[in-house]
Amino acid sequence: MHKLLHDTPEEEVMLLGNESIARGAVEAGLAFATTYPGTPSSELSLNLFQISQETDLYFEYSTNEKVALEVAAAAANSGLRTMCIMKHVGLNVAADPLMTLAYVGVRGGLVILTADDPAMFSSQNEQDNRYYGKLAGLPVLEPSSVAEAKEMTKAAFELSETLQEPVILRTTTRINHSSAYVRLGPITEPVTKGDFQKDPFNFVTVPAVSRKLHVKLLENLERARKISNRCEHNRVEGKGSLGIVCSGVSYLYAVDGVNDLGMEDRVKILRVGFCNPMPDELIVDFLSGCERVLIVEEGEPFLEEAVRSIAQTAAITIPIRGKGEGLFSRLYEFDPAMVKKVMADYFGIEYTGKTAVDTAGFPEIPQRPPNLCSGCSHRATFYEVKKAAGDMDTICPSDIGCYTLGFLPPLSTGDFVLCMGASVSSACGFSKATDKKVIAFIGDSTFFHSGMTGLANAVFNNHNFTLVILDNGITAMTGHQPNPGVDMGLYNLEGYNRISIENVVKALGVEHITVIKPFKVKKSIEAIRTALEFKGVSVIISKEACALHARSLKILKPRAFTVTDRCKNHRDCMDSIACPSFFIENNRVKIDPNTCVGCALCAQICPENAIVPLKPTR
Amino acid sequence: MDVKRLIMVAVGGQGNLLASKVLGEAALICKVPVKMSEIHGMAQRGGVVESALVFGDAQSTIISDGDADLLLGFEPSETLRAMNRCNSSSTVITNLDPVPPFTVAIGRGVYPDMGTIKALILGRTARLIAFDAMALAKEAGSPMTMNIVLVGALIQTCALPLTRESVERAIETRTKKAFVDMNLAAFDLGFKAAQQE
Repeated sequence: MHKLLHDTPEEEVMLLGNESIARGAVEAGLAFATTYPGTPSSELSLNLFQISQETDLYFEYSTNEKVALEVAAAAANSGLRTMCIMKHVGLNVAADPLMTLAYVGVRGGLVILTADDPAMFSSQNEQDNRYYGKLAGLPVLEPSSVAEAKEMTKAAFELSETLQEPVILRTTTRINHSSAYVRLGPITEPVTKGDFQKDPFNFVTVPAVSRKLHVKLLENLERARKISNRCEHNRVEGKGSLGIVCSGVSYLYAVDGVNDLGMEDRVKILRVGFCNPMPDELIVDFLSGCERVLIVEEGEPFLEEAVRSIAQTAAITIPIRGKGEGLFSRLYEFDPAMVKKVMADYFGIEYTGKTAVDTAGFPEIPQRPPNLCSGCSHRATFYEVKKAAGDMDTICPSDIGCYTLGFLPPLSTGDFVLCMGASVSSACGFSKATDKKVIAFIGDSTFFHSGMTGLANAVFNNHNFTLVILDNGITAMTGHQPNPGVDMGLYNLEGYNRISIENVVKALGVEHITVIKPFKVKKSIEAIRTALEFKGVSVIISKEACALHARSLKILKPRAFTVTDRCKNHRDCMDSIACPSFFIENNRVKIDPNTCVGCALCAQICPENAIVPLKPTR
Repeated sequence: MDVKRLIMVAVGGQGNLLASKVLGEAALICKVPVKMSEIHGMAQRGGVVESALVFGDAQSTIISDGDADLLLGFEPSETLRAMNRCNSSSTVITNLDPVPPFTVAIGRGVYPDMGTIKALILGRTARLIAFDAMALAKEAGSPMTMNIVLVGALIQTCALPLTRESVERAIETRTKKAFVDMNLAAFDLGFKAAQQE
C-alpha cells in the first residue's frame, strides 16, 4: 500500500513537503487530479499518480497546464474534489482559463497548487504567484511549514466549497523540498462520480453572462475577505510594540530570529497564511498596538503594499518597511541569519551573528555544473547538427528540458531560451528578422506542451528554419513522467493511447521531415545536412530513449567502451562531446567503465578508431 | 533543547538523501525535533546535492552561511566548497576519496591538493575528521554504503543528540533489507575511524 494511504490517524511520519500536500489531499477526499510536471512540484504529482493506481482517484498527466486546469475545471464543476498541480510558470500557461474560471466558479472544491521557486533552483524566473490571486480575484493560501502544508491543503478544499471558487495554494521550493514529521489525520472517502447540472446562464461566458458573473466574483471576494479576517491561518503571536508581518517560510526565520535575539517580550508577529484577500481588519488591529512594523516576505512586496494601503485607509502613520536599501531584497530566497540581521538593524537590537569561515586564500575549486548524462542522445544530436551546419552562420533557439544544458561548452548549442514551446515560435521571428540559418531545438514533451502551435504558425506563414525534435520518449528533466508520445506499455499501464510525433508533424503540413537515430553518427549528419538545406520549414525527429530512463527500465544494458593504445591523443572526443564518462589519467583520455553505457558516439568520432567495447572481464 | 545544525554535501548518486532519512528516523526514535531541506534538482545530471538538517527547537529548515555546527562532506572538494557554511567552532567530517568534476577532465579547472584541503579546513574550524570513507565502504561490502560509513563517523563525535542505538535501528528500518547487515558494518567502520582521528 502506498505510504500516503495508511489510515492510521495520529501516527507521526516523516514527509517531504510535496508528500504532505498529497496526504492532505487524500485526507480531504481528493477524487480528481491533473498536472503538468514541473520542479519543485513534481513529487506531489508523482505520489498522486501512484495513489491513483491503487485507488479510485482519477489522475492525469495533462499535455500542458492550460489543459490541466480546463480538465480540472470540468471535474470540479461536476462536483468532484479536484486538484490541479503546476510550477509557478505553469500558471502563466493556465492563466487564460484561470481568469474566467474565477467568474464561473466551482461546485466541488478545486485547489490549484502553484509551486514558486525563489532563487530559481530549477526555473527560468522567480515570479511571485501571489499576484495571480489578486489578478484573478481568487483566495490564496500559503503554508509556512511541511506539517502546515497538509492542514492547509484540507482547509483549501473547504474554503473552495464555501466560496464556490477555486483556491490557489501557493508554496515555495523550501516547503515542497523540506521534510519534517507530520501527524496523520483520518482519510475521507472520496466521491468519485460527479454530475454536471446544465445552467447556461451561469456557465456560458458570453458578455451578458460574464457581466453578471463578475458581480458574483466580487461578492465572493467580499465573503473571502470576511473569512480571511477570522481565519486561523491569519494569526497574531506574542506581544509587544514592535510588529512583524510575514508569510511562508519567512515566518519560520522571523520566529527563530525573535527567539535568538531575545525579543520575545517586545515583538508580536502577524503570520498571514490567507493572503488574498488580506485580513484588513486584523491588520488594522495589529498595527494599532505597534510603534513600527517590519514586513518579512520573500519575493515581491505583496504583503507590504497591502499593509501600507490598509494603514493609510485607517490613518495609521507608523513606519512600515519591508523591501529596500538596508532591508529586504526582492531577489532570491531568504535565510535565517539574513532575516535576523535585518530584524536587529530595523528594531535597533545589538546582534553579532556567527562569522562564516573566511575562504580567502582558498584554491579555486573546479565548478561542478550539471551536464548531460553519459549516453544521453541529445549530446549526439547536438554534435551532429553542429557538424552538419559546418560554417553556416546560425541562431539556435532552444527550449525547456535537459537539452537546455546543450548551451554549455563544448556543445554550445542554444542561443535563446524563454519558456515552454518558445523555441519554435522564436525561430519564426529570427528567421524573418535576420538572414541567418535558424535551427531550433525542442523535446518531445515540450513539443506536445506548446510546440505544436508554433509549428502550425511556421507552416502557415511559410517560415524558413529547421526544427530538431529531441524525442527521448519521456519527460526526462522533471523525473521521467509520461507524455502523449510515451509508450505506456513500458509501465504495464493500460488504457492509454500513443501519438506519433512524425504523424503530427506531417499533419501540420511540414514538407521536409527526417527521422534520425542519433547514435548512427555519419547517417545522421548526412540527413541533417539535407534538412538544413531545405527552404521552408524542415523538421528532424531525433529518436533515442533517455539513457537514464532506459537503464532504470532495464531496456538499456550498459556495455562500457574503452580507449585502446591506438589513441594518438587528438582528444576530439573530449573537445567536441565532453561526455562525463571521460577522464584524464597520466595525460591520456580514459573512460569510466562504471558510468559509460556504450552509446558509441565517441567511438564513431575518434579519427583513429581507438575506442572499442570493453571486453567483459571473466 | 540545544539546536544543532548539520550540512551534508555530496555529488549526485552518493546517497546523502538516504543518510538524511536515516538521521531523521533516528531523531524520531530519540524524540528530537528535526527539520530537513534538500536541493537536488540537478542531482542526476552530475550536480551537487546539499541537505540541511536542523535538530532541536528551531523552526527554520535551512542553514545560513556560518551557522553550521557540523559539516559532513561526501566528496573532499565539495567539503571545501561548503566551508563558508561553517564557523571557527564547527566540526567538519569529510570523505577523502575524490570524485573530480568533469570540468577538471576537460582542463577547465584543477582539482585542489588533498593536503591543502585538509590544512585549510583544520586551520579554520575546531575539528576535522578526514578519512577514506570509500575504502571503508568497500571493506563493508559495497561502495554504496559510503553514506552510512560517514553517518557512523558523525555519530561518534556525539555532536548530535542522537544515540548510536537509535541510528542503528533507523538503518534497520530505512535501508533496503538486503543491505542492512552491510550498512551496519559500514556504520561501525565509520564510527571506529572517527575514534582514531
